[in-house]
Amino acid sequence: MVAVRATLRRDLVLRMRGRSEVLNPLVFFALVITLFPLGISPDPTLLATIAPGLLWVAALLAALLSLDGVFRGDFEDGSLEQLLLSPQPLAALALSKVAVHWLLTGLPLALMAPLLGIMLSLPAGSYGVLALSLALGSASLSLIGAIGAALTVGLSRGGVLLSLLVLPLYIPVLIFGAGAVQAAIQGGGVAAHLAILGALLAAALIFAPFAIAASLRISING
Amino acid sequence: MWAFIHKLGSPKGFYAISARWLTPLWLAAAALILIGGTWGLAFSPADYQQGDSFRIIYVHVPAAFLAQSIFVAMAAAGFVFMVWKIKLADMAAAMMAPLGAGMTFVALFSGAVWGVPTWGTWWQWDARLTSMLILFFLYIGVIALRGAFASRDGGARAASVLAMVGVINIPIIKYSVEWWYTLHQPATFSITSKPAMPAAMWLPLLLMVLGFYCFFIAVTLMRTRSEILRRESSKRWVRALVEEQR
Repeated sequence: MVAVRATLRRDLVLRMRGRSEVLNPLVFFALVITLFPLGISPDPTLLATIAPGLLWVAALLAALLSLDGVFRGDFEDGSLEQLLLSPQPLAALALSKVAVHWLLTGLPLALMAPLLGIMLSLPAGSYGVLALSLALGSASLSLIGAIGAALTVGLSRGGVLLSLLVLPLYIPVLIFGAGAVQAAIQGGGVAAHLAILGALLAAALIFAPFAIAASLRISING
Repeated sequence: MWAFIHKLGSPKGFYAISARWLTPLWLAAAALILIGGTWGLAFSPADYQQGDSFRIIYVHVPAAFLAQSIFVAMAAAGFVFMVWKIKLADMAAAMMAPLGAGMTFVALFSGAVWGVPTWGTWWQWDARLTSMLILFFLYIGVIALRGAFASRDGGARAASVLAMVGVINIPIIKYSVEWWYTLHQPATFSITSKPAMPAAMWLPLLLMVLGFYCFFIAVTLMRTRSEILRRESSKRWVRALVEEQR
């Protein structure tokens, strides 16, 4: 537990020092959302109908963009090997790294999404659901994505491959996340969607740390 | 019994034993596909709604069956490889992946061709089509990941992990896509809601499915055997075998 807290603090401090790494996904998110009205149409009614999907897809891509960095820095300076050698369970240490990724990417994206929702004239009443579904969903995205990041961390050009591996696995989260916002707009029940997002997160929390640990071992030793 | 299993697990033993299985498997595959194919394409009655175009089912359904089974088989082989470090399991998994991707493509393509006369469109965001497409991407990911590693062992283990992660996710993806579809639009077209087929239609289909499975096992066996020779090419028994053939 002490080791987990120490890893958590170290990673948080490390990431906060290099601010651009934290800010870049947010800027990317805003930029992608800006592209859609330019590319499709500035018509508010049209934008409002596609806004939930757009916001979710853009946030998902922004989270994906920052995924490669979860283990990359530690791999290059050798501290990942030290984590592997430490007597603490690797799954727990990996989980703390994923938690940092979510705190600095998923959570800010979720908080920023309502702002971009206003720009896409997202109907009122769905902003809270948007932020909540993104906060819940992006935690699963971080967990699933970290498996891919751990598998590709040893490869020099793992970036494109990483998205190829991870994006198919993101589909359920996307469906229920965007579905929750859609349901909130149409006035239907949101609880079911959010409950399934929570269930996906619970399942990912149980299985993903072990898959991440196994993948890290492969990347270091293999 | 245990001695036999041990012999089966070693590349050399497997190579010797599997030689006996190859011919019967090829014969069974050829016979089943030939009989099922001619029966289905030429003799079974035409569908009263779809006419002759329904005969694509005799390629489409077996390919779709195989596409899903091969992924499960690949993940199972990956599990065996990761747990018991049996190299043979990884060789089989490596040989299955391209075949599975090919079968998924055949299922998608034949589905698209079938879609034109029945639905009037090449592509429909139907739940089954969509989950099949995602399965295709998963196959591509496994193949690409294996290829990206410089060391064969690293690639093998990474591909095994990804196949296992994928096989846990396939049911989740399948059901979420089905749910998504029902949320967005009513199920206009469904393969399952077709009236039950008479025996003259489904018997050839059953033969085709069995034939495809035999074909898959035979191809995997053959490719695994040549992979054994390739990976073990520096071993003495392979050299002796080559000398013998010469």
